[in-house]
Amino acid sequence: MMISKRRGGLATAAALAAAALAVASCGSGTPAPSAAPEPVTIRLQTFGGGTNFGYKNAVEKWNAEHKDIQIQHENLTDQFEQQYWPQMIQWLQAGSGAGDVVGIDEGGMGLAKARTEWWADLKEYGLESRKADYLPWKWENGVAADGKLFGLGTDIGGMSLCYRKDLFEKAGLPTDRDEVSALWPTWDEYLEVGKRFQSEVKDTKWADGTNTLYQVVLYQEAAKNGNVSYFDKENNLIVDKNPAVRTAFDFVQKLSQQGLTAKLRNFTDEWATGTQKGAFATLGCPSWMLGAVSGNAGDDGKGKWDVAAVPGGGGNWGGSWLAVPKQSKHPKEAAMVADYLTQAKTQAGIFTDFGNMPSNTKAQQDPAVQGAKNEYFNDAPIGEIFAKSAASLQPVFLGVKHAQVKNATEAVIQGMDDGSVPYGKAWQQLVDDAVKAAG
Amino acid sequence: MSIDTLPRATRSHYRRARPPGRRWRSRLDVKAMPYALVSPYFLLFAAFGLFPLAFTLYYSLYDYDLTGTTEWAGLGNYTALLGDDDFWRATVNTVAIFVIATVPQMLLALFLANALNKRMRFRLAIRMSVLLPLVTSVVAVAVVFTQLFARDWGLVNWLLGMFGVDSTNWRAERVPSWIAIATMVDWRWTGYNAIIFLAGMQTIPRDLYEAASIDGASQRRQFWQITLPMLRPTMIFVVLNSTIGGLTLFSEPMTFYNGNPDGGSQGQFQTVAMFVYKEAFREFDYGYASAAAWLLFLLILVGAAINFLFVRRIGGTR
Repeated sequence: MMISKRRGGLATAAALAAAALAVASCGSGTPAPSAAPEPVTIRLQTFGGGTNFGYKNAVEKWNAEHKDIQIQHENLTDQFEQQYWPQMIQWLQAGSGAGDVVGIDEGGMGLAKARTEWWADLKEYGLESRKADYLPWKWENGVAADGKLFGLGTDIGGMSLCYRKDLFEKAGLPTDRDEVSALWPTWDEYLEVGKRFQSEVKDTKWADGTNTLYQVVLYQEAAKNGNVSYFDKENNLIVDKNPAVRTAFDFVQKLSQQGLTAKLRNFTDEWATGTQKGAFATLGCPSWMLGAVSGNAGDDGKGKWDVAAVPGGGGNWGGSWLAVPKQSKHPKEAAMVADYLTQAKTQAGIFTDFGNMPSNTKAQQDPAVQGAKNEYFNDAPIGEIFAKSAASLQPVFLGVKHAQVKNATEAVIQGMDDGSVPYGKAWQQLVDDAVKAAG
Repeated sequence: MSIDTLPRATRSHYRRARPPGRRWRSRLDVKAMPYALVSPYFLLFAAFGLFPLAFTLYYSLYDYDLTGTTEWAGLGNYTALLGDDDFWRATVNTVAIFVIATVPQMLLALFLANALNKRMRFRLAIRMSVLLPLVTSVVAVAVVFTQLFARDWGLVNWLLGMFGVDSTNWRAERVPSWIAIATMVDWRWTGYNAIIFLAGMQTIPRDLYEAASIDGASQRRQFWQITLPMLRPTMIFVVLNSTIGGLTLFSEPMTFYNGNPDGGSQGQFQTVAMFVYKEAFREFDYGYASAAAWLLFLLILVGAAINFLFVRRIGGTR
């Protein structure tokens, strides 16, 4: 047995050599006088499951229309806090590696705002004018403490519950989305229906796992507790003091203890396979989750899924920003791309094609958005479900170390479900691990 | 010889006639050239081995946060590590996976090598084929094994289910996760070690076996009394190599959990190398990670020493 890391070393060396070659070949070439200038390539980096940011069609359209600036879209990974953000921080800190336009989840914005030296100032490229497009909170979160404009809002959360229509029918439950919504005005009723469902359908669990619904309930409850979750607005850890965390924890503990989960952790390969194979019948669905479901379940799932109201009222989980790292060689073109991708027209198209709810208020008011139906989800009126409440959504404050604490708490929430953390000890461990992660 | 036959005067004349610069250069050629020729290795080692080692040691004495500040911590990182349950859990995981993987692997490789050492048809092709797993990318191996050991639609659970064994969650239960990873490691490295053993076996003089046969020693007896003791130097090499590889195990358990360094929801199979990676590249606690890396280095030294002493006794005179 040899050191497996050595292979990594070799691969790195090979990559470096290739990069050196690429640089060399760029340097040696003198531009041919007659040929058109080389197009500028703008690397767009995002994260997320399924269709992630929903940029596929928008990027194709841009590339067809702009021969001089080509967008190269890379969706790096499904997982933001665990993989994408740590990698991005390294690139930003090292001064190379990051794309020209990068997506940042709300969970990373606390740190992004504090490290203003990482970002190009979009004001220099005239994007201050975009302020009128956004609700104040979405705009303000993209402005750093020193007044630098670094992020433009992409989407916002909004909340719904996705369910498998075909399996509901099998279980003798109503299938019409209004009747389904009426089944569960509260989370307790949701659990009751789950028990009924599982007694009828043997091979399918009620929910995917503990993590998705934990987040859903946490964001709902945060809205009732001063819009804070793990940290208060002075960045003090309040995980054990905020009733929102405890309520969300208690709910998923009940869910897990009653055996209603498929024990799958969201944004893992097994979870994606589980979505496709019908391992669970319901899933907490912020607007952007619709794209994850359709992307993971594929064509076979078309028409099997539908969207109903979420128990316990609205909430705002998720939503992202686009930023241009200072290290970008083409900040002007990158700013143009970020501008294009957040325009009302683009965001409206993303919503109707994939489901990510626009944060651009002009897009929210677009009749095409308000009346949008999602073909994949049985023509669910997603415009009605998400767009109507969009203007009233409030942001939840997330601290500078939110990503680390989220990783730590989710590990306990998942461990409780897979049996590695005893139920009786889970809460104490969640608090302890959160304290350690916030360290 | 021919020079010796020349008159003495002529020789010294020649010597004196040579310009002093050339003489200096020729001496440089003889004295310095060998060093210059071997220097690339040492320069690379200094840049990529020694420097990181010293750099890590330096930062292990600091509270160095990539996204924050750098402050002198003395031995604070080390004492914190020794009191960190997560670090000890990772150490136990690493040693356990190492033992579960290496013991069967060594035995299997030994018997495989013995089998390959026999006369048979297509000998070269068969010998080559045991190396196939090695040339497969670790990530490809891990992806396939991750599927095999999946909880819900995995082949291993399906096979075990035919014997009435309940479905195992290979990523949530500690010992099963160790076994799964050890299987991955063994699949990849058994053939490699078998080939090294085979090479060692071929250096054993044939007449020893012939003499033993004439004395009436059975095949099995020959293996235990001749092959095994003569193989000791090879074994020391293989075992040391396995110790280093096993204790720095990283890629397989990493890929086994979606490329995350957590190694399971509660670090069920997080190895020390993954712990170092997690502290450095996710928590950005570089000082703490550097200290952990040094403790891992010590662990390898201790492990290698124990194994060396152990192997030296194998097949020794009784």
